[in-house]
Amino acid sequence: MDAAPILRCRGLGKRFAGVHALRSVDIDIYSGEVVAVVGANGAGKSTLMKILAGVLTLDSGEVFLSGQSVRFAGVRDAVRAGIALVHQELNLADNLDIAGNIALGREPNRFGFLDRKTMHTQAREWIERVGLDLSPASDVSTMSIGRRQMVEIAKALSLRAKVLILDEPTSSLSMGETSRLLTLIRTLANQGVAVVYITHRLNEVLDCADRAVVLRDGERVAEFSRDQLTRERLVGAMVGTIHESQRVELRSTNEKSQARLVVRGLQTQAHPKSTINLSVHKGEIVGLAGLVGAGRTEVLQSIFGVDRRIVGDVSLDGQIIAPSDPVVASRCGIAMVPEDRQRDGLMLEDSVRINASVVKIARDSIAGFIRRGAERTGVARMIDLIKIHPVLPERQVALFSGGNQQKVVLAKWLSTEPSVLLLDEPSRGVDVGARAEIHALIRKAAHRGAAVLCSISDTEELLLLCDRIVVMREGRIEGEMNIADATEDAITRLAVVGGEDVASHSEAAA
Amino acid sequence: MKKILGIAGIFLVIVIATSILSPNFLTAYNIENLLRRTSLFGILSIGVGFVILTAGIDLSIGGVVCLSGILTPYLLNQMGWSATETVAFILLMSIAIGVMQGGLVAYGRIQSFLVTLCGLLIFRGLARGVTMDQTQGFQGKFSELRWIGNGRVSIPGVEGFAIPAPVLSLIVIAILSMIFLNCTVWGRWMKAVGRSPSAARYSGIPVARLQILAYTLCSLLAGFGGLLFVCDVGSAQPSDFGNFYELYAIAAAVLGGYRLSGGEGSVVGVVIGAAVMQVLRNAIVLISWLPDTAEFAVIGLVILIGVLADEFLRRYAANRARTQAKGT
Repeated sequence: MDAAPILRCRGLGKRFAGVHALRSVDIDIYSGEVVAVVGANGAGKSTLMKILAGVLTLDSGEVFLSGQSVRFAGVRDAVRAGIALVHQELNLADNLDIAGNIALGREPNRFGFLDRKTMHTQAREWIERVGLDLSPASDVSTMSIGRRQMVEIAKALSLRAKVLILDEPTSSLSMGETSRLLTLIRTLANQGVAVVYITHRLNEVLDCADRAVVLRDGERVAEFSRDQLTRERLVGAMVGTIHESQRVELRSTNEKSQARLVVRGLQTQAHPKSTINLSVHKGEIVGLAGLVGAGRTEVLQSIFGVDRRIVGDVSLDGQIIAPSDPVVASRCGIAMVPEDRQRDGLMLEDSVRINASVVKIARDSIAGFIRRGAERTGVARMIDLIKIHPVLPERQVALFSGGNQQKVVLAKWLSTEPSVLLLDEPSRGVDVGARAEIHALIRKAAHRGAAVLCSISDTEELLLLCDRIVVMREGRIEGEMNIADATEDAITRLAVVGGEDVASHSEAAA
Repeated sequence: MKKILGIAGIFLVIVIATSILSPNFLTAYNIENLLRRTSLFGILSIGVGFVILTAGIDLSIGGVVCLSGILTPYLLNQMGWSATETVAFILLMSIAIGVMQGGLVAYGRIQSFLVTLCGLLIFRGLARGVTMDQTQGFQGKFSELRWIGNGRVSIPGVEGFAIPAPVLSLIVIAILSMIFLNCTVWGRWMKAVGRSPSAARYSGIPVARLQILAYTLCSLLAGFGGLLFVCDVGSAQPSDFGNFYELYAIAAAVLGGYRLSGGEGSVVGVVIGAAVMQVLRNAIVLISWLPDTAEFAVIGLVILIGVLADEFLRRYAANRARTQAKGT
């Protein structure tokens, strides 16, 4: 570590409408180190990152880059100075291939014509560095969120940044990708890049960060060096109270009750060669584990009827239903919380009320007419249950934080008391506090009798939430385990090398 | 609500300016005429509003107006059908057109622009083909049916001014549309489809059926509008009856606060938007120093200014909401 920090921030302040988002924050970042920035939602992490990356301008304070005072007028300025930001929300152009996205804005050209060959050769280098096994000509629009995020990181790397800022880079990656990314971050740091990254996964901070800075309510409340880092200290500094204590509360015990959701002989379009059989009991929370691309999302989508099934039966309480589309599924009492809440979960420009009541109004209606009174009380009850903040049912849902938005998506379905609740990455991009609240809501639904099936990439979270874990790999179910027998290691092995091969390939997995 | 105030403000400004510039504007005869035209075009605009709400577009309105306007006198005179049979046929045909176009958009996944552009050509071509391009008229008969287009409802105690009959149709249609959009589940869902088709799908909303419903309502109102138009003017020429009416309807909807990207708009706004369009056209005719031939240029400019003003207001409001949200 050099004696002089590459990035030196003094007294950073930023206000929105008179309220401090950041208050006199000092941070030093040295070349070759990995600094984790943690904090609950609204703590000011994103504001801080956006200031460093030139997205927002400072109200007070100063930033020194390599000892020189700098003031970025925009993202381009920051990029030119060697600071690159990978956004939390994905910012790829759907109509371009991987190479086109990586080279966007600085495409190699020959006499003004696009030099596709050079572009692809250059892109291939970066794709390989993030460990993506794809051609530079692959279409971005059809890739999973996990892979798209990898492309985003490849793009940021290709900017040859001296300071690389990653805003929740692993929130959509699964175990395999995450460990690959953490390795990559280490490699980059060893090569002298300063890596700043925001994450909600404390395990990653413990694994990989040289230093962790904790923000709360716009202030820097703590800083831990590698040898001081413990989970308890981090959580304590972040929230004051420890949310994880809700962990065992409400875990459902009715293990031997009847099977509510039974899926037999299901073949999804993504993996037409493998057959899925699984069942979820009343009150049970089953987690689908696996790498990105293992086919977990497709299973959920097939059950809900979004993805047209090729073959297979879905039965509910012993009766075969064939949800050919979500309209039927939803009428049968199946609910689904999709992975991409901004695109598939919410009407962003509409209010919390409109979003939370969109399914319920039909159930409460008389001859197709909305019962306003029922709608209002229903929404009030839901808001009370999910505890969004601030309590403004008429405010646009886009203006709320990710955690609040996710709770609104949950409320939309919980209000209908579904018998099957399907969740795809229910706490992606959500802070620890909100995650605990979302878990509590899911458990409450299970307690009420819902069969819950959720796809979760984060092993830690799987162990925290589920009663049983089903591990998928390449479209197949590799195995399942009860929570009592499950360990992170066992899940990871199944997900990476599969069921039959565990013994012979255990070395490869490790 | 703010949006309606904006368009209502523009309406007042144009009305006041025109009444100052032309003494013939605020006469009973002229106002009656304006009310009639506004009602006729308002009905088309309410129709296209449904489609725009789902983030689609219907360019076939002019064609449907033409086909319905031509077929009405054609069926009555050439085929000898009764008024009831004719009206029933016109309305059923319009519904069928809407279902087909909506089906192509919803299930065929073809862009609405293309489907309805073809519709525009096909329906006008049909009208011209069936009649061999001959002008169709009522030949002085069927005055009872024609009342819905050219009739007047006198107000007791008022001389020289009566309410044009199409106003009644407009009021009924506007009220029914408002009830549909604001009070029913399907109305709420139609907006949801326009806001985010994929979020609507993931909420178990029958997206395709609602799209088809929107196109059906639009074509039905266009067909009914064509009927009223021909009843009003008495005859229709296949080659130009209803020309550009889809654009007037879309312009009125946009002026009235509908967003082409879907999910937003109100019936009251659309009706005022249609009124603005008609007052503008009227003003160009009445104001002596404005050449009538510049009609399209003036209308185009006013719509552009209206849409620009709206966009700036929207950005301003969005920015304010965002900064306020950050503050809490």
